[in-house]
Amino acid sequence: MNLLTIAWKSIRQRTLASFLTALSIGLGVMLMVLVLVIFGAVNSAFTQRSVGYDLIVGPKGSDLQLVLSAVYRIQPPIENLPYMYLEQLKKDRRIISAVPLAFGDVTEAGSFPIVGTTTEYFENEYMPGQRFKIRGERISALFDGIIGAEVARQNGWDVGSTFSIVHGGAESGDVHDEKFTVVAVLAPTGTANDRTVFLNLEGFYAIAGHEKPVDEIEKRLKDFYAADPERLADAMQQLEGYKQTEKAAGDAHDHTHASPDAMKEVTAILVRTRPETPFDAISLSAELQKGFQAMAVNPVRPIQRLVTGLLGNIQKALVVLTGIIILVSGVGIFVSIYNSMSDRRREIAIMRALGAGRMHVFGIVLAESTLLCVGGGVVGWLVGHGLAIGASPWVIRQTGLLINPWALNSWEAILFPVLVGLAALVGFLPAMTAYRTNVADALSS
Amino acid sequence: MSLLLERIRKSYREPGGRKLPVLGIERFEMAQGEQVALLGSSGGGKTTLLNIISGILTPDSGRVIVDGRDIAAMQEVVRDRFRATKIGIVFQTFNLLPAFSALENVLLGMSFSGKGVDKAFAKQLLERVGLGHRLNHSPQKLSVGEQQRVAVARSLANKPVLLLADEPTANVDPANQQLILDLIRDTCRDHNVSLLMVTHSMEVASAYQRVEKLQEFNRPELCLQEQTV
Repeated sequence: MNLLTIAWKSIRQRTLASFLTALSIGLGVMLMVLVLVIFGAVNSAFTQRSVGYDLIVGPKGSDLQLVLSAVYRIQPPIENLPYMYLEQLKKDRRIISAVPLAFGDVTEAGSFPIVGTTTEYFENEYMPGQRFKIRGERISALFDGIIGAEVARQNGWDVGSTFSIVHGGAESGDVHDEKFTVVAVLAPTGTANDRTVFLNLEGFYAIAGHEKPVDEIEKRLKDFYAADPERLADAMQQLEGYKQTEKAAGDAHDHTHASPDAMKEVTAILVRTRPETPFDAISLSAELQKGFQAMAVNPVRPIQRLVTGLLGNIQKALVVLTGIIILVSGVGIFVSIYNSMSDRRREIAIMRALGAGRMHVFGIVLAESTLLCVGGGVVGWLVGHGLAIGASPWVIRQTGLLINPWALNSWEAILFPVLVGLAALVGFLPAMTAYRTNVADALSS
Repeated sequence: MSLLLERIRKSYREPGGRKLPVLGIERFEMAQGEQVALLGSSGGGKTTLLNIISGILTPDSGRVIVDGRDIAAMQEVVRDRFRATKIGIVFQTFNLLPAFSALENVLLGMSFSGKGVDKAFAKQLLERVGLGHRLNHSPQKLSVGEQQRVAVARSLANKPVLLLADEPTANVDPANQQLILDLIRDTCRDHNVSLLMVTHSMEVASAYQRVEKLQEFNRPELCLQEQTV
C-alpha cells in the first residue's frame, strides 16, 4: 500500500467532511472554468471573427463603431460612402478584394440585420482558413436572399421561404412592400453571419425608399469630392442624366430600374490586400487616414482595445474572485484535517509502531490534503467543462457566441500546480502535527 | 541470540523537573525462537521496557541488541525501518486501523518494511488465525477475539525475529483468551519467532517454560546510583 492509498482510506473514513471540503474546492474550480470558457468565447469572438479582412473602410468617425456595425452588426452604421468610392478603391493595385456592405434594415420576423452585398462576400474567407458552406443556390434574382444558420433556425426558414424587411430598424415599424425569397442557407459559422440576412446589393438599392433624394445625394457628393473635382464632375454628370430620365418617366417610374452609381451608397467596404505585401494594408490605412473622405480600420485593433481594456479587467476580477473562493475552500480543508488530527493521533502512533517513519506519516497527511484539493479540482474542472458543453448550444442560440468547451486557457495551465501548492500549504501544519506525534504517549492514551 | 539488553537505564522527567527512574536492567537475553513470559505489576515499567525493545523509546543508556544489531544506537529513520522488518508487536488494545479491512491491516504492516506487500502471505496468515473468510471485514464488524487475531497476523506479516505481546488477552473475553494465547505461541513456533509475552497473570505465565519477573531483574535505583557516581 502506498501513501496515496493509505491517505485515500483515511479520507473515506471521514466521508462527509472530506466530500464537503473537496466539493467546496470543486465548486471554486468549476466557477473559474466557466468564467474562463465564457470569456474565452467572448475573446475569441471579438478577436478572430473579423480577421478574414485586412481593413474595413467606412466614413470618418468611430473606428470601434465601424467594426461593431460592419463585422458584428451590433451597432448602427456611422454614415454611408458613395458607391463610386468603392469603384475607386477597386482600382488601387494594393487591393485584391473590396466587398461592399449596405445595411440598416432588419427582417420583420426576428429583427435580424439585413446586409446588401455581392457574391464576392461568400467567396472570400470569413475567418482565416474558413470559407462559407452554403446549402442552396447563388443569388440570381433581384430579391433573392441568403440567410445565416441562426436566422433559419429561429424563424424556421429554409430555401424557398419568403420574408419581409422593416426599414431602418424594428422600432420604425415601416415594412417594405418587397417580398424576398430565401435561395440559400449558410452553415453555422459561430460569427455574426449566422444572425444575418444577406441580400443582393442591387436588390437592396431597388427597395422602395432606399434611394435618397437627388438633391441630398448631390450635396453629399459635393462634400465628399470637394478635393477631387474630376470625380465630382463625373458624379454630377451621372446625376444630371438620372434627373432627366426620372423627369421623362414622370409619375409612372419604377423603382426597380437601375440607378447610376452616383445615386448609390455603401455603408462599409471590406478590404483584402495582397498577403505577400503586408505593408500594403498599413500604407493604405495611413493614406486614407490623412484624407477627409473615409477611414480604413484594422478590424482587430479597436476590438482588442475593447476586449483587453474592459472585458480583460472583468475577466481578471472574476478569476481573482474565484481564486479567493478556492483559497477559502483550502482553508476549509485545513480546518477539516487539522481538527481530525487529535482523533487520529492514536492511528498515527499505531502506524509509527508498525514501522512508519516520521516522513511517512507526514507524507500521508500531505497526500490527503493533495487528494482533496486536486481531486476536488479535477472534478470541478470536468464539471465546469461539462456544463460548458451542455450549455454551449443554448449560449450559441441566445448570444451567437461560439463556445469551445474544451478550449484551454493559460490560467487553467497554472490551476493544478496552484492546487498542489495550496494542498501543501493547508496540509503542512497537520502533517507537522503527525510528524511530531509522540508514539509512546499516543499509544498509552 | 534474538534479544540482548545490557545496562539499560531509563528515567522520566517529572513535571517538577525531578527524575523518575523506571528501568535499571543489567542484563536480559532471549535465544532465537525462545518463548518467555514476563510478569510484572501495573506501573512496574513493562510498557516502557517493550517500547525500548521495539525502539519506540530510546534508553538513557545501555544497549538493546535485536538480531545482532543495537537498536538504541540507530538513527530514528533506520530504527523505524528495523522495527517494521524485525519486530512484531501485539498490543493490549489490538490497535487495528478502523479504515482498513482485516487484510488491509495486515498489508499495512508490510507497507512500511520497504520489502513490498505480499498479499498471498497476508491471506495465508489470516487463514492461519482462522479468519480466511473475513478478509474484507472492517475491524468494527469483527468480534473482539477476531480483532486480536487480526493483530496477531499483522504482527507476523514481515516475518519478524522477535514478537512482543503486551497483555494481548486483557481485553478479550474469557472464551477467547486461551485461543489467542495458543495462537500466538503456535504461530511463533511455526515461524521460529522469539516471543516475549508480557502479562500480570500467573495463570498465563505458568504455561511458559521460562518465566521472568520484572521486579526481580529491574532495579530502577541503578539510574540514581549512576547519577550519584
